[in-house]
Amino acid sequence: MEQFLQQLASGLANGAIYACVALALVMIYVSTDHLNFAQGEMAMFSTYISWQLMNWGLSYWVAFILAVAFSFVLGVLIERIILRPLHNAPVLSVVVVFIGLLAICNSVAGAIWSYLIKEFPSPFPKSSFGIAGVIGPHQLGVVLVTLIVLSLLFVFFRFTPLGLAMRAAAQNPQMARLVGVRVDWMLALGWGLAAAVGAVAGIMVAHIVYLDPNMMGGILLYAFASALVGGIGNPGGAVIGGFIVGVLENMVAFTGNQIEKATGVYIIGNGEKLTVALIIVIFVLTVKPAGLFGRVVVKRV
Amino acid sequence: MPAFPKKWLLVIIALAVVIPLLKPVLPDLVSDYRLFLVSTMMIAAIAVLGLNLLTGFNGQISLGHSAFYAVGAYTAAILMDKLDVPYYATLPVAAVVCFIVGYLFGLPALKLEGHYLALATFALALAVPQILKYKWLEDLTGGVQGIVLSKPEPPFGIPLSEDQWLYYYIFVVMVILYWAANNMLNSRSGRAMMAIRDYHIAADTMGIDTSLYKTVTFGISAAYTGIAGALSASAIAFVAPDSFNFFLSIKFLIGLVVGGVGSLTGSIIGGIFYVLVDNSAQALSTFVKNDLGLPFDLSAYTVFGILLIVLMYLMPMGIVGGVYILIRRLQRAGRGAPAAASRPAEAGKGH
Amino acid sequence: MKKTSRRTFVAGVSAAAVLTGNRVAFSQKKYDDGASDTEIKIGHTNPYSGPASAYGVIGKTLQAYWKSVNEAGGINGRKVNFITYDDGYSPPKTVELIRQLVEQDKVLCTFNTLGTPTNTAIHKYMNQKKVPMLYVATGASKWGDPKNFPWTMGFQPDYHTEGVIYAKHLLANVKDAKIAVLMQNDDYGKDYWEGFKEGLAKDAGRVVKHVSYEVTDPTVDSQVIQLKDSGANVFFNIATPKFAAQAMRKAGDIGWKPVIYLNNVSSSVASTMKPAGFDNVQGVLTAQYLMDPTDKQWDSHDDMKAWVEWMKKHNAGASLQDASNVFAFAVATLMHETLKKCGDTLTRENVMKQAANFQKFRLRMLLPGITVSTSATDFYPIQAVQLSRFKGESWELFGDIMHAEST
Repeated sequence: MEQFLQQLASGLANGAIYACVALALVMIYVSTDHLNFAQGEMAMFSTYISWQLMNWGLSYWVAFILAVAFSFVLGVLIERIILRPLHNAPVLSVVVVFIGLLAICNSVAGAIWSYLIKEFPSPFPKSSFGIAGVIGPHQLGVVLVTLIVLSLLFVFFRFTPLGLAMRAAAQNPQMARLVGVRVDWMLALGWGLAAAVGAVAGIMVAHIVYLDPNMMGGILLYAFASALVGGIGNPGGAVIGGFIVGVLENMVAFTGNQIEKATGVYIIGNGEKLTVALIIVIFVLTVKPAGLFGRVVVKRV
Repeated sequence: MPAFPKKWLLVIIALAVVIPLLKPVLPDLVSDYRLFLVSTMMIAAIAVLGLNLLTGFNGQISLGHSAFYAVGAYTAAILMDKLDVPYYATLPVAAVVCFIVGYLFGLPALKLEGHYLALATFALALAVPQILKYKWLEDLTGGVQGIVLSKPEPPFGIPLSEDQWLYYYIFVVMVILYWAANNMLNSRSGRAMMAIRDYHIAADTMGIDTSLYKTVTFGISAAYTGIAGALSASAIAFVAPDSFNFFLSIKFLIGLVVGGVGSLTGSIIGGIFYVLVDNSAQALSTFVKNDLGLPFDLSAYTVFGILLIVLMYLMPMGIVGGVYILIRRLQRAGRGAPAAASRPAEAGKGH
Repeated sequence: MKKTSRRTFVAGVSAAAVLTGNRVAFSQKKYDDGASDTEIKIGHTNPYSGPASAYGVIGKTLQAYWKSVNEAGGINGRKVNFITYDDGYSPPKTVELIRQLVEQDKVLCTFNTLGTPTNTAIHKYMNQKKVPMLYVATGASKWGDPKNFPWTMGFQPDYHTEGVIYAKHLLANVKDAKIAVLMQNDDYGKDYWEGFKEGLAKDAGRVVKHVSYEVTDPTVDSQVIQLKDSGANVFFNIATPKFAAQAMRKAGDIGWKPVIYLNNVSSSVASTMKPAGFDNVQGVLTAQYLMDPTDKQWDSHDDMKAWVEWMKKHNAGASLQDASNVFAFAVATLMHETLKKCGDTLTRENVMKQAANFQKFRLRMLLPGITVSTSATDFYPIQAVQLSRFKGESWELFGDIMHAEST
């Protein structure tokens, strides 16, 4: 039972990380219809920025805000400079550009900050919350931050004119243009927001997995799965998808462990947990092809 | 896509056959190493061709072709290592095994489209190296240690070096596979495949069995890439889970897009690019460091990234598409009349 | 153990080797591919990109080393032309690049090629071509096999032996040991695990839980929870720094306090012990053979001072905390020494002969008392380690220096 609780809690904590990155993926998808392979590396880069600022003596939260703001600007610039000229290019060509971006972010970060892992502080007080032995304060904090980011995005898209304009630009660019929305800039804003959300994710993750240029590699895989499980166009779905993937993965390992304990036969374990989790995810997708919370788009013939 | 002039094709094939024999005459130009490098390019070209059949001609995106490549390579390696099957006999087995795996995988994939299909194939790419390491398969696959093999030797005492022999062997396989692909695409089935890519619903209503075509295409595509994997097992003489990570799938994808989605010629160019891009990125990076004397260190990986972005800037349709557009423009300028140019196939463009 | 007889061989072979060594120095100049009056070409592959790019620093420090050698006049008047390529830790790429090095660039030998699967892929080729493949950067135990692979030589103490040492130590020191093992699921992890099992021998049943992780796993939290649940009181941590640190921190967080044996791969204070939190790693045991630059006890040691000075002068910008820089410096020094001994006979055969002819050579940056010894039958240059225990903020060496045969 103790192991079950711990696995559950640890799954939720990991899930929060996936959820955060998945949110960033969804942001870009919603505004541009692309899956950004470089999202993880961009988030990693932002995290290094905040690390650098702290290293220069700024406080955690000042560095946090500056890094998020910097990422926003960087996201907008990437859209305006790199992706703008490719608006009419085929999807796969854009994917290749994302891979190029990934390579650049990764190697430049390595060249500037080296590949040695770095500790990254946690903003959450060590003892005041968390349940001893089950979930640490930082893990709980990450879950909270993820939910806060999600609510902010919800409020932004639902209740602000800018958010409304962005949604309009994404859903029907031509109509939006007719009513005076500057669609191009809305796309760039989407990128900026995604980069900012990614930065928050990176900064939260770095304390858990330590900061290094490859820290997002594995996480991005899980974030993709999360975003798709939840329905790629749905921020809330992405967050729930993240938690599902995180918990599911640990439960696979837990079940394998229990089976081995009971019968002494090794069937599945940690080596296979990702595989099994992904098989379950795909199975779910074949039943609900638009994700658990995605809307089924009715095709017009 | 414009048909490749037959005359040229014959010239190229003739050159490809004769040049390796010039080794004794031009030992510096035609070395074993260069032939080996060309062999790896041809292997990559076959793998990219396999991916192209699925993505370029049938509109299904795959990030999982490293998995089929791995299955092909391991099938060949296990046959050679455990059962002493001769290397050439491993190809049909690898093709069949990969066809079945691809076909079976194509069944659930029928329900998935676009990004969801990408995820499913992506999962496959992640899963296969894990499965190779799976505890109960270790005796067969060698687990994390992999399997060390021997390189094929020329039969009947033919006076060729191992690399020359390997080159011809792979070349023949590649020509046969291209010929087969070309015939298939120009047949009724090929047109059905492309109709599904371009107008899925229309194809359905016209009576094309879309499910069957899509799953079979998946199988054929996997078989092609699996054959490439089996060839690589012979050429590299070593297989290990580390050789088949997800990044291999990405590389095939890059080869596909850079060469030209939906173009057979593009697959060959993609295969060449796949091998050359790493080497040229390294060379460029050294050049920047040593010869331009820049104050900062530009790593090969950075150069690789920049190279990809610049290429997509200049030729968003890949090299074949880019060259095609260029030729059209030149022709138009030469003729001075605005010819109604038909655009190259825009496969892979989001539907 | 298979290497038990090596010391007895040393005495007999070394006398003969010294004689040939002297003769070489006076003989005529002789060259194979890659060597000339002005130049010695050495080939190298290393991941500079991709998931294993953390090892890129080794390649960079090696480049800096040979540059500094050339600035000081080279080796016996010849400049070293060090050619290094990025193989991204992919075996097929390594094969391609090594063939380029041997057949196009025509190097005299390769040196410190990195990675177990990558070196496995070229092992046979190099021996068929009879090109020295020296001091490979991997701890697998298969590199010291002069009978079957006379052109390949390892460098560091192998993982297998290290695993044996931990097993013996824990059997002698921990009462009622119940052992939990965390292992990276690749050949590096397997090597340690096999050695460890061999060391436990009839006590192998004491392993109550054995779990693995993949390098793509974001965290190993789930694994550590399973290990704790097994009720083990010993934890053998076979993980690279990032995961090793995560595991020990998680163990502390969930209140699991076993005796921890940590593999040498992750013994760096800066990249493992500090990120894991000093509170969580008190009393952790490991085996070492190199000085850790982040360990304060070496600050005043001559070797360390010389290394720091060299780093500042020739490798500015590289991290003074990264143990990889020490490793690269040490292995390059050994290669430097080998080539120096070759004199004017820069043939591949002589390079191998000289590499197999070190008697208790005191290599810079090795722990005091540990030396390099090789012979025609012993292709394991460094085979000694010393156990140490973590205390406060640094390692504390204890016990004798352990050779492979003394375990």
